[in-house]
Amino acid sequence: MDVLVYLIPAALGLGALGLAAFLWSLKSGQFDDPKGAAHRILLDESDKPLP
Amino acid sequence: MIESAVGNLAPISDAKIGCPSGLEPLVVSSLTEGADPSAFVKAQGGNGFSLELLVRGAKCGGCLARIEGKVRALPDVEDVRLNLTTGRLTVGWRGRALNPHAITQAVAGLGYGVAPFDADLKRSDDKKEARELLKCLAVAAFAAANVMLLSVSVWAGHGEMSQATRDLFHWLSGLIALPAAAYAGRPFFKSALNALRVGQVNMDVPISLGVTLACAMSIYETMKSGDHAFFDAAVMLLFFLLIGRYLDVTLRAKARAAAGDLMALRATAVTRMDADNIARSVPVREIVAGDRILLASGERAGVDLEIFRGQTLIDASLVTGESAPVEVALGGRIYSGSINLGPSVEARAIASADDSLLADIARLMEAGEQGRSTYRVLAERAARLYVPVVHTLAASCFLAWLFVFKGGFEVAAYNAIALLIITCPCALALAAPVVQIVAVGRMFKRHVLVKSGDALQRLAECDVVAMDKTGTLTLGRPVLVLAPEDKQTLAQAAMLARASRHPLSRALVNAVGAGPLAQDVVEEAGQGLQAVLEGVSVKLGSARFVGLDPKLREAQGLTHAEMWFKWGDEPPLRFLFEDQLRPDARAVIAGLHARGLEVELISGDRLPAVAAAANAAGITQFTAGMTPRQKTERIEALKAKGRRPLVLGDGLNDAAALTSGHASISPGSAADLSQNAADLVLQGDSLLPLLAAIDGSRAAKRRMLENFAFAALYNVVAVPIAFAGWVTPLVAALAMSGSSILVTLNALRTDPPFRAHKRRKDTATPQGQANHAGPAVVAR
Repeated sequence: MDVLVYLIPAALGLGALGLAAFLWSLKSGQFDDPKGAAHRILLDESDKPLP
Repeated sequence: MIESAVGNLAPISDAKIGCPSGLEPLVVSSLTEGADPSAFVKAQGGNGFSLELLVRGAKCGGCLARIEGKVRALPDVEDVRLNLTTGRLTVGWRGRALNPHAITQAVAGLGYGVAPFDADLKRSDDKKEARELLKCLAVAAFAAANVMLLSVSVWAGHGEMSQATRDLFHWLSGLIALPAAAYAGRPFFKSALNALRVGQVNMDVPISLGVTLACAMSIYETMKSGDHAFFDAAVMLLFFLLIGRYLDVTLRAKARAAAGDLMALRATAVTRMDADNIARSVPVREIVAGDRILLASGERAGVDLEIFRGQTLIDASLVTGESAPVEVALGGRIYSGSINLGPSVEARAIASADDSLLADIARLMEAGEQGRSTYRVLAERAARLYVPVVHTLAASCFLAWLFVFKGGFEVAAYNAIALLIITCPCALALAAPVVQIVAVGRMFKRHVLVKSGDALQRLAECDVVAMDKTGTLTLGRPVLVLAPEDKQTLAQAAMLARASRHPLSRALVNAVGAGPLAQDVVEEAGQGLQAVLEGVSVKLGSARFVGLDPKLREAQGLTHAEMWFKWGDEPPLRFLFEDQLRPDARAVIAGLHARGLEVELISGDRLPAVAAAANAAGITQFTAGMTPRQKTERIEALKAKGRRPLVLGDGLNDAAALTSGHASISPGSAADLSQNAADLVLQGDSLLPLLAAIDGSRAAKRRMLENFAFAALYNVVAVPIAFAGWVTPLVAALAMSGSSILVTLNALRTDPPFRAHKRRKDTATPQGQANHAGPAVVAR
């Protein structure tokens, strides 16, 4: 059962990482325009940085 | 300056299909008069400016690229971003060289509808609340997943796992679950406290109690290294409940945002004459009483006005329901929403509150709103029933184990808390919001805008429809009904009419279709148009303009709007215009009858016009010449008889009736006040979405009742199990997630379409009706 010492922190850490990533993406407005974001990746000129 | 205010328009209704995917853009016909965009430009400091526009019809990546690319190519533009989800285009630029008209024209030129968007009219409270709930939801999801990971290990290792390991897992679960529950449970705790403070009990009280007790009992069990800890139940409960709560709030926010979009789009610019005698185009909200306003020919009044120079004819159909033009003399009043049919006039803005008609409407509306606030939605009624029952059960479970079965305090408390946990209203909390969000989403696709969730339930209960005529049953704008037989005359008249924005000219052009424009057309505002065709002087305009005596018209008793066409010295020819039934009016009335609804026409217009419209639409019950107060009284009389009236109306005069109805709907062309008062707004020119709305609301109500029945059944099974003391964390987890998933799946189920054979008949009728309405008018 010693392996739990590594496994549990690893599992929780990964979960916390996911949560933090979601909260960050929410805060940075990435969910404001889901439809536009889906199409924007198809545009040719958008591989240049935005002006 | 004045020219630019009225000349440069981006009419949304005339938008050609703009999306390369070929899908028809959603067109709001009421937006025929776009506002001057320069009135809505915001200064950003450092010589920077920004403008927000609402774009209609943009659907795909192609639209996105075309619109952004075209606008970015304009000089000085620095930043362009189109939000495809909300349809909002934000443009930022530097310097004064760029005319904002260039931006709207660039977008309109691509075939999209575009209108300036007054961002100040919108609030973001709902958005903030939704975001807060989403954060709570994310935390609850994280906690539920990780606690479940530990709990499943405990359940799976039952009998094999050493006690030390199990205790470790329980402690870890508690370490995750307690802070998460404290964070994610805040929306429920807050609402429960607020309710308790005023001596009320709402659904959040048993939820808060269940979560708190589950946590407390689990801590106790963990400390004495017991078998069962309910940490997973506490966070999973919050997770499911937050989903329901989040859906509820997003629905409200979406509905309000959509309603706000409609309002913001109607942000009209008004031409104000400033002290230096320069006409400036400014947003309506900057107008104060006493400002001098120039109301151009063909313009819609944005504020209430009192004429101090000139006299004119106005179309007040949106205000009073009167379909014939009304003459307004010096000192006369023009209400906001009326269209100036005559020459331009100068007027003073007046405060509307002191006026008898509007103040009366406002008072009646207030009374209606009070009546409505007593309405309880189904979920609330379920909660009222649920809360005392569950709490009594838990208390009696506790007492029974303590005194009857002599299980001791610990066992009694465990069983009572387990009962509270397992009966926690997961399914009940999801039952209504999921159904509502699915139904509202489906309705939105069929051009119905639902402004509140409980509106669906009220709409489903209605059994009689009271509708207005002008603008609701009819289009609310003139249509050419009688013209000279000669095709060539029509084409020649249209050549002149194409140069004008006057509603009658537009109606004529609409009837004739696309064609050439006469050169050098001179418009005498409010009088008519003049040009030279094939070397002959040609006139199109009022009777006086072509040299006829306007008294003649009164002698004939005609109430139609008219235009005369004069070719050189030949006798003038007459064009008659009338407000016509919506093309699908008859089909919709038949559809309403088929759905078991009675239909009544309540109009402010004159009796002959109302009777003709009622006949043509197939309505047998009608009343004419009703004032706003009488309309409201008629609705109240229906309610007093135990009926549940659905009110359909568009004008200011309907606003009071709309608020007093059991549910209310207004078409997209309605006055601002009426759209605000109505529960649902139909978009586009068709009335057919009305039937979709009724079907949708009835289906939603059925789904909700099914869900409540299921939630009740679930409790009937769960309570005896808990009473018997058989609830373990595993049983609680299975029962709660199972019931929530079933309720959600049921909500997603589609309804079979309304009796198919009847629907086929509905759609077959409009053709016959259109033919019927035309000749009936010509004969008079």
